[in-house]
Amino acid sequence: MGLMNKRSLLRLAVALAVLASFGAGAQERSIVVASTTSTEQSGLFGHLLPAFTQATGIGVKVVAVGTGQALDIGRRGDADVVFVHDQAAEEKFVAEGFGLKRLPVMYNDFVIVGPREDPAGLKGRDVAEALRKLAAGNASFISRGDKSGTHAAELRYWKLAGIDVAQGRVAGYKECGCGMGQALNMASSTDAYLLTDRGTWLSFKNRGRLAVLVEGDARLFNQYGVIVVNPAKHPHVKTALAQAFADWLVSPAGQATIADYKVGGEQLFFPNAGK
Amino acid sequence: MTSAASDAAVADALVELRSAGVRFGAKQALSGIDFSLARGERVALVGANGSGKSTLLRALHGLVPLSEGRRVVAAPAPRLAMVFQRPYMLRLSARGNVELGLMLQGMPRAQRRERAMRALERVGLSAEAGRSGRVLSAGQQQRVALARAWAVQPDVLLLDEPTASLDPTAKREVEALIDEFALQGITVLMSSHNLGQVKRLASRVVYLEQGRMLADVATDHFFSGPLPAEAHLFLKGELPWA
Amino acid sequence: MNPFVESLASAAHLVTGADPQLLHIVGLSLAVSGLACVIATALGLLAGAAVAVGRFRGRGAVLVLLNTLLALPSVVVGLAVYLLLSRAGPLGSWGILFTPAAMVIAQAILVTPIVAALARQTIEDAMRDHGEQLRSLGAGRLECALILAWDERLALLTLALVAFGRAISEVGAVMMVGGNIAGVTRVMTTAIALETSKGDLPLALALGLVLLGVVLLLNVAIGVLRQWRLADDQRTEAVA
Repeated sequence: MGLMNKRSLLRLAVALAVLASFGAGAQERSIVVASTTSTEQSGLFGHLLPAFTQATGIGVKVVAVGTGQALDIGRRGDADVVFVHDQAAEEKFVAEGFGLKRLPVMYNDFVIVGPREDPAGLKGRDVAEALRKLAAGNASFISRGDKSGTHAAELRYWKLAGIDVAQGRVAGYKECGCGMGQALNMASSTDAYLLTDRGTWLSFKNRGRLAVLVEGDARLFNQYGVIVVNPAKHPHVKTALAQAFADWLVSPAGQATIADYKVGGEQLFFPNAGK
Repeated sequence: MTSAASDAAVADALVELRSAGVRFGAKQALSGIDFSLARGERVALVGANGSGKSTLLRALHGLVPLSEGRRVVAAPAPRLAMVFQRPYMLRLSARGNVELGLMLQGMPRAQRRERAMRALERVGLSAEAGRSGRVLSAGQQQRVALARAWAVQPDVLLLDEPTASLDPTAKREVEALIDEFALQGITVLMSSHNLGQVKRLASRVVYLEQGRMLADVATDHFFSGPLPAEAHLFLKGELPWA
Repeated sequence: MNPFVESLASAAHLVTGADPQLLHIVGLSLAVSGLACVIATALGLLAGAAVAVGRFRGRGAVLVLLNTLLALPSVVVGLAVYLLLSRAGPLGSWGILFTPAAMVIAQAILVTPIVAALARQTIEDAMRDHGEQLRSLGAGRLECALILAWDERLALLTLALVAFGRAISEVGAVMMVGGNIAGVTRVMTTAIALETSKGDLPLALALGLVLLGVVLLLNVAIGVLRQWRLADDQRTEAVA
């Protein structure tokens, strides 16, 4: 009897010790960056972060979620840096005191993809015109519906086109509440139209019959910004390390590394810090 | 109610029930039980199924709480051990099963093994000590149960129809052991359906019907003397030539 | 080519190629789920045993609660643990959000009710059959529960394996509290989810087959254990 109790206690002690070792990340020289699925899934981080770590010796742990969730993570203090692409939301984040300063880093552009036969006849340069044509017909359009930067942009474009999607004006509008990749998978398997950032598109492998139909509109410009989380709100934030990250991104070295990243010979992100 | 045994040896009583009753929900399993067990006695409990024999044994042991009356034990408290109709063998060796009882009594490890082996010897199973308790025959398992009970050196051995599920050979072996234990000085209280067994082993017979004690007499008296009507009917029913 | 056949080939390739990233992911999955399973088994057994032999007011209500927790949605657990461990939450000072520790906790919470409910059933049944004998030998209620738990150890080990299987297949909760950070909290299931959303379905499927292989090995182990126990029991019960 006594033996059995001892054994269980021993097991528990070992478990707790291992558990503690699992959580020991707090002490190392690293930061947590809350960023978006577009930067992660496009493969940019796989290219960018090793260069940063080599230059500074600081490790980076990326949590990739939608912009809305990334900013929430920043508000809660669960990350040291946020790196997203929704300028309005970012500025609000700083204004509310959760972030120190917003630094523009790079941009890529959005494109509208759809079935290459293009039954809705969207092909062109004008995004507002394209969306109006979509609303006129009943082709399917997949919206991410997840408060991501892409979703925010999509809603801005509908507004530009003068169409109120909330009112059910677009017959084929489908909100999936999902990430870019899942939305692309959905569009690919149902021959639907979709707004996506070029970075994710270029590295997406399940295109099916999808092709880029609308691109080049100046309004499709998608700006990324980096913000260090405010230590006044969350004292445990590794401010110095986080600032080093932000500073490196906008430095010539960082900017060059961003420009360097290509998929299939095509550059995905265009550095524009300080411009 | 005749009770030839109740006057004698009350001073020697190891454990008693006074005006005891046990109720399970709506069912009154025992009522108005005045029973006393003295050192050295060999008592048999008889009665039809559902008459309360098992409950009486358990109440004496302290396994079921009384709804009425009291349970009184002598000082110093006598050690009680019980053997059930089905022996419970853990997934352990025969020796391990015996050691379990000793461990629960707080015996240190070193002594347990030795005592367990002696107990198994006592019941003639030292050869089977290492075999898994569950692969032994029914008779052997019951003997292990007896060894387990004997090992704690009980003052009182309670047995609930210990040979009911055994074949004739095993029955004889177990009976012989119970007899030996009684001769050794262990007080025995045993319930049984087997009147031949009762005649062979017991010096006193208690007859229960529907939770009441209707007779408490010496064995000879039970089988040949005057009895209450119900007890008499019971006897007739049980005797194979009646 | 048929995507399943293609992925089967990829899976074989992955396994034999021993890519260090893949090895880390598989290793982390086993470690996290293994630890969660150990914790859940320990806690679940104690809880199940206590409820099995306990006689207290409100026992019926506890039973209902226990059985309800069996259907605890993993996404709810993930959210709850996330809110608890977030810096903005009550346990934020522990600083373990987005680490394997958080994943262990989420999986343990998810799996403990399973162990508890099933352990309770096993021990209660054993108690019904044999509790009396043990009590007559002098065992208190808790001792009864522990002895019976030990005696039923093969059945309970099977339970632990079931718990492990459930833990290692978890994706939603670990994604939320772990963050699927490359090299840190990425496990088999979150890696599959990631590759799926990158559109690399063949790779996702291949990883899925590797995970399936691990779970298959587990079920083979459960099957073997069941066979032993069955054989063991069949040789016994001489008393009708």
